[in-house]
Amino acid sequence: MNALQQKFPTQIQTILAKYPPDKQASAVMPLLYLAQAETGFVSQQSIQDIAAIVGLSSTDVDALIGYYTLYHDSPAGRYRLQVCTDLPCALRGAEDFMHSLCANMGIKVGETTPDGLITIEEVTCLAGCHRAPIFQVQGDGEITYHENQSVETALALVAELRQRAARKEVNNG
Amino acid sequence: MGELVLLRHREIPDLDRLEVYQAHGGFEAFRKAVTSQQPADVLNEVKASGLRGRGGAGFPTGMKWSFIPNDLWPHYVVANADESEPGTFKDREILESNPYQFLEGLMLASYTVQANFSYIYLRGEFWQIGDKLEDCIRQLEAAGLLGEKLFGSNYALRLHTHLGAGAYICGEESALLESIEGKLGQPRLRPPFPAVYGLYGKPTVINNVETIANIPPIILNGATWYRKFGTERSPGTKIFCLSGSVNRPGNYELPLGTTFRELIYTHGGGILGGRKIKAIMTAGASSSLIVADEKALDCPMDYESVQQQLGAPLGSASVIILDETVNMAWLVEKTTRFFEHESCGKCTPCREGTYWMAHLAERIAGGQGGMSDVDLLNAVAHAIQNKCLCPLGEFSIMSVRSGVEKFWEDFEKVVSK
Repeated sequence: MNALQQKFPTQIQTILAKYPPDKQASAVMPLLYLAQAETGFVSQQSIQDIAAIVGLSSTDVDALIGYYTLYHDSPAGRYRLQVCTDLPCALRGAEDFMHSLCANMGIKVGETTPDGLITIEEVTCLAGCHRAPIFQVQGDGEITYHENQSVETALALVAELRQRAARKEVNNG
Repeated sequence: MGELVLLRHREIPDLDRLEVYQAHGGFEAFRKAVTSQQPADVLNEVKASGLRGRGGAGFPTGMKWSFIPNDLWPHYVVANADESEPGTFKDREILESNPYQFLEGLMLASYTVQANFSYIYLRGEFWQIGDKLEDCIRQLEAAGLLGEKLFGSNYALRLHTHLGAGAYICGEESALLESIEGKLGQPRLRPPFPAVYGLYGKPTVINNVETIANIPPIILNGATWYRKFGTERSPGTKIFCLSGSVNRPGNYELPLGTTFRELIYTHGGGILGGRKIKAIMTAGASSSLIVADEKALDCPMDYESVQQQLGAPLGSASVIILDETVNMAWLVEKTTRFFEHESCGKCTPCREGTYWMAHLAERIAGGQGGMSDVDLLNAVAHAIQNKCLCPLGEFSIMSVRSGVEKFWEDFEKVVSK
């Protein structure tokens, strides 16, 4: 058993069981999510582990991380706050929202706060155009939606995320 | 609004709970099909209903199912829940609030083509919806509605979710299949079409979430009932996603054939800030720009009328409203940047063309370009046309070509002198 299998034995079995026994390559996407759940990115070791589990080359697995935007091969803030600025959202002030939020947090789009917790990213449509401004938060192995946002509500959420991170540190310590 | 066929949760609280859905006729259609109908009976009912694919193409659903050959097995059904077109947010509401109607539709589609395993491909951002659907599936298994020997028959069915990871192109059906197979989500060369060579090289039906959610009421109430909504050639209701410069953006389920005027002014509450309407997009970022004159506002929103009267496809009915303050050079910068980001890179005209369109559009909208750049932008768009494996390249030029053609003065306004 490799490191990933030792860490998530039951989750991996559940994922593999979704696909025909001779089509285990299909499990690569859910396994990538599993591998980046804790740290927010997929390590080189996990790439090799996943490749071995599903019978692909590590190059194939690595290519998927580059291709799909929700997989990451390098660490960023613990929470990636991803703002949609596509056309329908932009018509309802999403660009101004994102830039004011960045200004309030003292970072630029794509940057991470000095405490390493929040990265602000610009993304394409999230299917919430009627509730703009909207962003999603990717972190702790989840993705959550936050709609009808203002800079004030977003900053309140950022404060909450910082508290959540602090609580998890205490629990883990 | 009139009678709701799809967004029934707006009238029935807690419809996302199995017992509530069942108390309102839920899974009666599936029971009826498995216990008293042959697959061909279900297929004929769907054909007779005239239901057309709600993902954008408007292809007759029954006909799509009938292409599945009976000498190649196994068969698969895949639900396309990759909803990623800017301006589209209808499937999400069905999945979040009326998930069992969608699941029952998927089960009926699976029974019709005798698939024993079906997949739901969700865009990765729908992480929470994926969890919810998994929970619904566990409940259906516990209730004996999914599993082996359903209702004492020999029919067995299992459903699985599969999360994408942020690639618009995976909404294109052959790219979606590649993605489930663990490959880069890039479109396949066709033919062969998925009906013959689909998931794992086997016959596969792929339908949009909204299309699938129409199936249970059609089977339960019959094609004649269904045809009382909509028009002769575009039967049924449609969820119109209204966004952009309107007072009340949102999903509106209305009969196909409702006018733009009714959607925008009666339901959407008119234009933001009392401004004037300038243009309409009907298929999200993939739309041609329609000049919002009286003729356009009075056009019925069905597959034929929009195409014939306004020269643009209705598509997914993701209606984005642009008001008089929107400059189309800015809009083209937004749409081309989107397609540049989402081009999968397989076909050179799309990969290179969207890159150059986005950069030209940025220069023009930023006031650094001249009219020669607008001509070049149009020429690049022309060079992409009809030269790619999938429609993404085609979609990327819609707003560019119609914008330059119909709103030339917007470009003149922003170019450097």
